Amino acid sequence: MSAPLYGLILAGGRSKRMGHDKAAVRYGERSQLERAFGLLAPLVARCFISVRADQQADALRSRFPQIIDSVEGIDGPAAGIDSALRAHPDAAWLVLACDLPFLDAATLQHLIARRDPARIATAYRSAHGGLPEPLCAIYEPLARTALQAYLAGGRNCPRKFLIQSDTLLLDQPHAEALDNVNTPTELDDARARLATAATATPRALRVQYFALLREQAGRRDESVTTSAATPRELFAELAARHAFTLAPEHLKVAVNAEFCDWSQPLKADDQVVFIPPVAGG
Amino acid sequence: MSSFRFTPTPIDGAALRAGLIDTHCGGFTCFEGWVRDHNEGQQVTHLEYEAFEALGLREGERIIAEARERFGVTQALCVHRLGDLQLREIAVWVGVAAAHRDEAFKACRYIIDEVKHRVPIWKKEHYVSGDSGWVNCERCATHAHDHAHVDHDQHHVHG
Repeated sequence: MSAPLYGLILAGGRSKRMGHDKAAVRYGERSQLERAFGLLAPLVARCFISVRADQQADALRSRFPQIIDSVEGIDGPAAGIDSALRAHPDAAWLVLACDLPFLDAATLQHLIARRDPARIATAYRSAHGGLPEPLCAIYEPLARTALQAYLAGGRNCPRKFLIQSDTLLLDQPHAEALDNVNTPTELDDARARLATAATATPRALRVQYFALLREQAGRRDESVTTSAATPRELFAELAARHAFTLAPEHLKVAVNAEFCDWSQPLKADDQVVFIPPVAGG
Repeated sequence: MSSFRFTPTPIDGAALRAGLIDTHCGGFTCFEGWVRDHNEGQQVTHLEYEAFEALGLREGERIIAEARERFGVTQALCVHRLGDLQLREIAVWVGVAAAHRDEAFKACRYIIDEVKHRVPIWKKEHYVSGDSGWVNCERCATHAHDHAHVDHDQHHVHG
């Protein structure tokens, strides 16, 4: 008989790359901590958030049942997983990062349905490289002593823990579901992708080419039907099609004859121009 | 009349200068960019300019407006040539008239520097060897291709 399944949302990170509290980042109405909790709680027997001791009372986190990091000297997500396994040693834990804006209930249900309680863990293969995704994974009670031994050895990378453990690895039902968001640039992209996804059907855009890009594309302009949410995604699509040799960091982008940001959401009929390094005069 | 223009036909500097003459102004400075016969060790035979005109006109007008604002000049005009150019032809012409020489010099310098860095204009050089290349693009493209991470900001016009 398998152990009861509890849920744990990791909300104790220091958000160094984002520069501000990731758990509080909002997509639409809700913070991503609220969103993650809302997805996971209905699927598990009990649901908690993982916090550091100094975060217990903050306005965002105090509203949720908490597992507080209980072992000194361990940092990062492994500390939260270890604390949860210690707090309820008879439960299995579905552990989730709070910064997965594309995560859907189907991805969680798929993981739960295929869980193997005889293993240390059940996890998804990363869509980027195939390694285990440790922060959307189920850790069985068996993981408790193994993780403690791993941490005692001075290591704290949960991905490496899963690699060296008896982990069942699954393919993700939706490839983008576990893309995470660590920097302000990734956040802008994620918001744009979600905004487009809300209405998301492919639409026609007009792309004009100049100079080297014109020669490599073999045309001055083209109509492109795409679901690319931003110029950054559109350029990746076109670069693959036309074998452009210029990288985005060498280019600027204009939409409707005005310079714009690479993460500006694209709309139907937008006129897009990628601007190679200029050389007037 | 707009203060920044593109032209497919040869630039007549004297005619442009005549259009700027103003009784309030005591100084006029002019910069002409010419097609020269060499660049970075290669013998150049002729050039080809192309522009994203819709955005180029807007950005050019913004540069002229900035120069008027910063330096208090009375008259300022920039005309950039497009298409095929032969050696000795004028590629770009900047003229500035102001009450005094100092602001005229500064504004003229400002305009040509900003135009080179900001306006979406591209230059293709054709060489004696039969090769050709887009200035500032080929270098980046090579780097992108090689995945090298060499700092080449000094050649990189996006600043």
